Amino acid sequence: MNWRGGLLKFCEVAGLPIFEPFVRLAAGEDKKEQFVGIAKYVLLPIVAIALFLGFWAMAANTVVTDSAKLPSPKATWDAGAQLIAMHYEQKQADRLAKQEKVGEAVRYMAEAKAYGEAAEKATGAKKEALEAKSLSLKKRAVSAVNYEPSSAPTFIDQIWTSVGTVFFGFLLATLVAVPLGVLCGMSPWFNAALTPFIQVFKPVSPLAWLPLAFIVIMWYYAGYSAGETFFNKAFLISATTVCLCSLWPTLVNTTLGVASVDKDFINVADVLRLSWAQRLFKIILPASLPLMFAGMRISLGVGWMVLIAADMLAQNPGLGKFVWDEFQNGSELTYARIAFSVFVIGMIGLVLDRIMIFFRNLVSFGNPAPA
Amino acid sequence: MSVLLRPEPVAIRKPDTPAPSPILQMKGVCKGYGSGVTHSEVLQNINLNIREGEFLAVVGFSGSGKTTFTQLVAGLIKPDKGTITMEGEPVTGPSPDRGLVFQNYSLLPWLTVRGNIALSVNSVFKDWSSEARREHVEKFIDMVGLSHAAHRRPHELSGGMRQRTSLARTLAMKPKMLLLDEPLSALDALTRSQLGDEILKIWEEERQTCLMITNDVDEAILLADRIVPLNPGPSASLGPAFTVGIDRPRNKTELNDCEHFKALRNAVTNYLVAVRQKARTAEQAATKHLKFRLPDIQPEDLNRKGRAIHNQPPR
Repeated sequence: MNWRGGLLKFCEVAGLPIFEPFVRLAAGEDKKEQFVGIAKYVLLPIVAIALFLGFWAMAANTVVTDSAKLPSPKATWDAGAQLIAMHYEQKQADRLAKQEKVGEAVRYMAEAKAYGEAAEKATGAKKEALEAKSLSLKKRAVSAVNYEPSSAPTFIDQIWTSVGTVFFGFLLATLVAVPLGVLCGMSPWFNAALTPFIQVFKPVSPLAWLPLAFIVIMWYYAGYSAGETFFNKAFLISATTVCLCSLWPTLVNTTLGVASVDKDFINVADVLRLSWAQRLFKIILPASLPLMFAGMRISLGVGWMVLIAADMLAQNPGLGKFVWDEFQNGSELTYARIAFSVFVIGMIGLVLDRIMIFFRNLVSFGNPAPA
Repeated sequence: MSVLLRPEPVAIRKPDTPAPSPILQMKGVCKGYGSGVTHSEVLQNINLNIREGEFLAVVGFSGSGKTTFTQLVAGLIKPDKGTITMEGEPVTGPSPDRGLVFQNYSLLPWLTVRGNIALSVNSVFKDWSSEARREHVEKFIDMVGLSHAAHRRPHELSGGMRQRTSLARTLAMKPKMLLLDEPLSALDALTRSQLGDEILKIWEEERQTCLMITNDVDEAILLADRIVPLNPGPSASLGPAFTVGIDRPRNKTELNDCEHFKALRNAVTNYLVAVRQKARTAEQAATKHLKFRLPDIQPEDLNRKGRAIHNQPPR
């Protein structure tokens, strides 16, 4: 396959038809047709976005209360740029502080060494005093080296925390939902037993789950103080909530996928007299992967939506908490920052969705999902 | 029309020669679906002997229970009544001994051509060395002429190539008997005749017992030693066998001029059409007495006084 074919295939599998006309244009295909494609997938969206920004700017001039006003696109952009700049400034400051501490540690070590050498020459009580001095200097050096800047998490830190939380919760949900779904799909009896739970719990909002997740985590971590546990409590509460909410689409889709494996494939397995495990791993699981991944895609989307609410409530450092804190702050930048984080949340959701489409298309041979 | 309705053309039928013992035997097999009022009998009283090494074609219209028939022989479904025995042993379930080539290929879309064939080889010949199994797989890829496409997945293949893969997958299991369930019916006319020739060629090399289900009389005559018509259902049963006395190796273009071929084709077709006509007439006759008899009532004069409005107080 030449490079064009490879790139086009990638566009299809990754669910990025937007790049297709560019690839074809670069390969020297019919120009007119490609420009139509570009107009459709690129220019038209740009025009729509411009229109949206125009309406937004107009609305920003109109929606004004005594204490606050709707941020304009410009204000939002500036607030965003500032947030990102703040992150780099903060990191720079942290790095400097760390460097300083390391320098300090080196100095302490040099001094300790000097005291140590002096102690070797000295005798009696003086030697003991010098050794003690050297030891305390070494200890200070170690603590200086291990110094971690304790500045408040910046916006970008919050993003990473959120992404980490959602992936952890999603992973947990997948680990629970896929085996359960496979069992449900393979055994109508098991499915009948589980159906009431699925039907009842599926529509429950994250806000209702959160207090329950909260007490379970609190019970599990009772007797530990903040730094002692491997996971942060707030992180676990958020992740558990995400897990509980994003369980259901994967579970339902896996069940459907396993239950609706093509009868012909089952016949093939029958004729070959495959064992139960072979049948599961060679026929049923590969055949149900596309639907499974379709479910996981919905799950990840739901998880990301739920996470923001869960972060707000659980006070887990993340985008939700950021929005909530900004809202409580009430500075003049508040609403611009919140508007900016709305876009960031949306963009990350988009990226997560694309990733899942990519995986889904990888496993559905000859039948890629529409983007 | 009189030619078409000729009930049983016997001109071509030859007396059955004393044959080798049957490899597969069906005795009084019945199969229906549904229960109670909704029960419908698909196959009724099927008796068939398939001899070792012969190519038998079962020809029938669509909807006459051909797929049910194949699934019964393959062991994928169990008969309601009667027995199916293979080499004296009753058929209790599917087995690699009766290699089934599916009508719609049934290739696993996530495996390549090689992978699909290797799956069956690996699960049937578990005790072979991996080297032997690999060679075996390559041999059969080569046999159906797909060496150049062995790394491709089914969705990248044409219909004919898919069916050839499916055929190779089944042949590679070294079944004692080959079951072809309308192997060519999902293909276009050109590919069909080409693949038909290839099946013929492979069969003439291997001389394996083969049962083909088809709706194409020409195809059946080209490939088979004996043709058994499947009388149209519901409650389908097998008709009398026609022996194909055309010498092998057969050539399609030569067959077109062969008088025996033409006569046989007419005979089988006429038989099938006549039987279907009979079934339809019988069906019509069966539904005739169920017709509703309309009550013999003359319309009354609605304008008659005192009749038009019933709820008026009497005057």
